[in-house]
Amino acid sequence: MTTDQTAPAVETTSVTKIFNRGKPNEVQALDDVSVSVGQNEFLTLIGPSGCGKSTLLRLMAALTAPTEGTVMVHGKSADQARRDRDYGMAFQTAGLFDWRTVSQNIQLPLQLMGWSKAERRERADEMLKLVRLDGFGDHYPRELSGGMQQRVAIGRALSFSPSILLMDEPFGALDEITREHMQAELLRIWNETHTTVVFVTHSIPEAVFLSGRVLVMSPRPGRISEEIAVDLGYRDVDTRESTEFFEKVTAVREALRDPNGSAAELA
Amino acid sequence: MTATTSSDAAEYAAATEELRRYERREATRQAIRRVVVFAAFLVVLAFAYTGYKAFGDALDDAQTEWPIVGSFLPRSDNLTMPPIADIVAEIAEPPQRANPKPLGAFVLEAALFTFREAALGFFLGVVLGIGIAVVLVRSKWLERGVSPYIAMSQTIPLIAIAPIVIIWGRTSLDWLPFEWEDWMSVAVIATYLAFFPVAVNGIRGLHSPQPEALDLMQSYAAKPRQEMLKLRLPASMPYLFSAFKLAATAAVIGAIVGEISAGVPGGLGRLILDFAGRYTTGPARLYLAVIGAALLGIFAFGLVVVAQWFVRSARVREAEPI
Repeated sequence: MTTDQTAPAVETTSVTKIFNRGKPNEVQALDDVSVSVGQNEFLTLIGPSGCGKSTLLRLMAALTAPTEGTVMVHGKSADQARRDRDYGMAFQTAGLFDWRTVSQNIQLPLQLMGWSKAERRERADEMLKLVRLDGFGDHYPRELSGGMQQRVAIGRALSFSPSILLMDEPFGALDEITREHMQAELLRIWNETHTTVVFVTHSIPEAVFLSGRVLVMSPRPGRISEEIAVDLGYRDVDTRESTEFFEKVTAVREALRDPNGSAAELA
Repeated sequence: MTATTSSDAAEYAAATEELRRYERREATRQAIRRVVVFAAFLVVLAFAYTGYKAFGDALDDAQTEWPIVGSFLPRSDNLTMPPIADIVAEIAEPPQRANPKPLGAFVLEAALFTFREAALGFFLGVVLGIGIAVVLVRSKWLERGVSPYIAMSQTIPLIAIAPIVIIWGRTSLDWLPFEWEDWMSVAVIATYLAFFPVAVNGIRGLHSPQPEALDLMQSYAAKPRQEMLKLRLPASMPYLFSAFKLAATAAVIGAIVGEISAGVPGGLGRLILDFAGRYTTGPARLYLAVIGAALLGIFAFGLVVVAQWFVRSARVREAEPI
């Protein structure tokens, strides 16, 4: 199927997700969630553990189906988009295959899609340059640091030029210094590739630094409780020390503390 | 980690190469250490055997009121525990009066015969075991339904199935393009033992990928076959190699027991059976045949270890034993 360039990159309409429906351990993970992600947007989902943000991401990726509501991607169903290979994914664990070299890991999706060996090698080298791991292609994942492994995972996710990058706390396991560096790297890559990014995190500064729009979620059942636009323009090291940055961090923090403007207790 | 330049990469590559060399050296050292410990333990075992025998003989000679050895400890006389020197001497001794061929040659020939059965049994067991695991992992229901039968299969004594397999081989396989021989039936019996650890560990190994890895494959819209070949099978290699080690020794046991219960001549099973029947006239012969069987088992195990050592260059790490 072709991709509708005018439609939103991702659009969920009144999506509800209930796990173990009708059983004693029934859990409502999402309740009436409508989100629209624009082309080339960098959107972040933030919320406490169990607020359904990962579930929402998995719904967008068609890794699980909604109980009610629809998920459309470029004007087609999410599952069709998955089969059209519109998604690149990155998880908290880099999830590299330890029997494959770095270059072979990046080539994995290309191999599945039937690219020729020469094309795969060429693209893997391009990706290694993009994530600044030039010359590391023949290493095995265990020989790399956590941050480097996560870069490989990003390179792998982008290798087949998917239109949407879905990231589930990709920097959650990294130390603070590596993490800030990786955030800057991700923004650089985003600027170079013009990919739509949906990013899940529970770090407030990370959400503010990365995205143009932050969706704050509240738990049990998961809902979008607030939407905060972040207009910081070009971001670099100094951005983190700017007043606007702190204002937005405070705004997100307050939204998290006080969902729906009511005096709800912290989960 | 700051941005890397190519000189950083070169430095890193050199350090990694150094690390890999060190790991290879360490692996070789460990292999040597294992062989040395094994040999040392053999010496300890020989001393313990001889020591116990001397202790028992001494007590026997003392003619005490309350004989310990022989009443509730195992006997130590030459019929029960032939001296090691006698067992070793038996290697050069011809067991048949009319035939000058020494016993060592008999044991070696029999071991080769049994090894052929065990090797075929191992190979078929590996194919069958992996096949079962691959099929069962595809369906939760199939796995739940069939798994108990896999476990149950091992409770049926070989002695019960051996004659069935032999007779089936002799009577129902004329349609094959080649002559079906009894040793092949014994290999099938060995398969029956060898497939089990492979199937059990294979199922575990095929289930071993992280949920993220499976999600990833799904996000690439990978076909089931691709998921199996590119993710599940490679991920299960450490589990499979643990199983191969068990399967190798199980195949040897299966071949020996299969020979005995099916009455197939030429291998260690028949040799052991023969020497057990004539035990009183030559206990050292039986000991030698049994040692031959043990060495064959260790040899089969060693072959898998060597194979793994070669594959390890493709980074196969050892899984927890089952």
